[in-house]
Amino acid sequence: MIIQDLSPFFSDNLIPMFRFLISRVGLLIPTFIGVTIIAFSFIRLIPGDPIEVLAGERGVSPERHAQLMAQFGFDRPLWQQYLEFLSKLLHGDLGQSIVTKQPVIDEFLTLFPATLELSTMAILFAMIIGLPAGIIAGFKRGSIFDHTVMTTALVGYSMPIFWLGLLMIILFSGILGWTPVSGRISFLFYFEPVTGFMLIDSYLSGQEGAFRSALSHLILPTIALGTIPMAVIARQTRSAMLEVLGEDYVRTARAKGLPPFRVIAIHALRNALIPVVTTIGLQVGVLLAGAILTETIFSWPGIGKWMVDSIFRRDYTSVQGGLLMIAAIVMVVNLIVDLLYGLINPRIRHTR
Amino acid sequence: MNNTPIISPNDSSEAETSWMRLKEFWSYFYENKGAVAGLCVVVFVILLAFFADVVAPHSPIEQYRDYFLKPPAWQEGGSWRFILGTDAVGRDMLSRLIHGTRYSLFIGCIVVSISLVSGISLGLIAGFFRGWVDTLIMRIMDVILSYPSLLLALVLVAILGPSLTNAMIAIAIVLQPHYVRLTRAQVIAESSRDYVTSSRVAGAGTLRLMFITLLPNCMAPLIVQATLSFSTAILDAAALGFLGMGAQPPTPEWGTLLAEAREFISSAWWVVTFPGLAILITVLSFNLMGDGMRDALDPKLKRS
Repeated sequence: MIIQDLSPFFSDNLIPMFRFLISRVGLLIPTFIGVTIIAFSFIRLIPGDPIEVLAGERGVSPERHAQLMAQFGFDRPLWQQYLEFLSKLLHGDLGQSIVTKQPVIDEFLTLFPATLELSTMAILFAMIIGLPAGIIAGFKRGSIFDHTVMTTALVGYSMPIFWLGLLMIILFSGILGWTPVSGRISFLFYFEPVTGFMLIDSYLSGQEGAFRSALSHLILPTIALGTIPMAVIARQTRSAMLEVLGEDYVRTARAKGLPPFRVIAIHALRNALIPVVTTIGLQVGVLLAGAILTETIFSWPGIGKWMVDSIFRRDYTSVQGGLLMIAAIVMVVNLIVDLLYGLINPRIRHTR
Repeated sequence: MNNTPIISPNDSSEAETSWMRLKEFWSYFYENKGAVAGLCVVVFVILLAFFADVVAPHSPIEQYRDYFLKPPAWQEGGSWRFILGTDAVGRDMLSRLIHGTRYSLFIGCIVVSISLVSGISLGLIAGFFRGWVDTLIMRIMDVILSYPSLLLALVLVAILGPSLTNAMIAIAIVLQPHYVRLTRAQVIAESSRDYVTSSRVAGAGTLRLMFITLLPNCMAPLIVQATLSFSTAILDAAALGFLGMGAQPPTPEWGTLLAEAREFISSAWWVVTFPGLAILITVLSFNLMGDGMRDALDPKLKRS
């Protein structure tokens, strides 16, 4: 029904596909400008003038104040400041952290792999449990299994994940003593980061127990972060299954006497998963918001914890840079999801 | 004035059909056991909030200095005086939780009202006028949606200063794009209908068209969204409170209670468990209710 024949992709449909791509990227430009304006205004919206904000509680003398205003260009018209901010940004310069004096972009890139690893594991966890649960629940609609899955999903969807994290720490780290409470790996191990993914690095290092340690540190945060996406994916998969199972071609397949497994796996699933791909892609924002809470609870050294710490340390250039980078990530992933959706669902592509 | 006789018979029949629709809605809603259970819990929580002073056994802020971190009544060392135990400074957990319902419902009401009103207005304007106004509004909403909601709320609170009021404003701003999109889509779908055209031909003004002709016919999905975002508001406010950016201690807001409880995570399980349970149950009930309402209003599901 859908990707039976790939040839149209590469011949006569290339132009609509390209047009689709251009139109979607074009939509991003005003949004990205909006995002930069928000990040730019952020430091200027904080009560007090920017130099006082940047100087923190120490304060500055009036002469030094004027000098700094000139140095950072805060005395120039806003539009000039914005253009300079933008040109720096396009050169990959997000300014310096007020607290550590390091370039913000470097700090972000150092910490990002930790968040990426946690988010990847969380979305894998969510898919491994959510997809099959949703598929079976949809196929066995009204059964006890269906009710159990849907109730669990609704509970997961309503879960304050910061509380779930705390409860898991009490149970698995406190009472049972199975897992460590915080960090990415035991301090007993040290090796140079290769990929930034602790699981891979610890495996590559070859040290005995390192991989196990990394894995045991990762389990609880993964479950905490993956709970809401898991619930969303299960619900979405079930309703997509229900929709597809009512279609004529599925009834035909059944009437032909195909075994149920074949009906689901070959006929129904392919089309049912199209909206699910979008849902999974849209979880990126949910994951990054969840990372703020999860990383704070488990002291996970990623960008979520870094953002919260930066806000509390009044490290406003870091907050500004983080805001920009996170919004950019969400936008790029959403674009990819959009394009992927156009790729697997020809109906969308043709109507554009 | 001369309009009145024409409108009044119209109105009564309209009231009758809306009564019928309400009855139909209720019969579908009532079939859904989960939704009814959710409704019951929500009513219970509302009653608790109203009668918190009467129901709560103690004052939520009074500190009993001889009773620091007492466990719940059924555990060894607990007493029936403090059914769910006491916190680190000797305040009764149960009373704090009961008073917490007020904050959570208050947060939900205010946040939903603000985002509903501004979201509907912007959505109506965008969907009704289209053109550059539409583009401008929708692009701004896209910008808001490019941030993870909690992060944007956190940063807004950092700008405004941490307090419950500012947390509510921030969450309302973050939730608003969903209403704008929903209203706009509804308005665009309804605008081409005959009754809108006839109203326009009859000389209805812009405001009348927008708020009296169009809006009532766009309300159903908005009400469902409002119920569902009630739970999002409660969750986000609790998360902000937990991060120290929402309600400030000693306010017995549930997220703030959890933040205070973090240090006692290994010694006193009850100070951590109960506030989170309260959040979960309340949010779950609102979600159950919202799901039930959506199913009852969705004609597509009625068919099957």
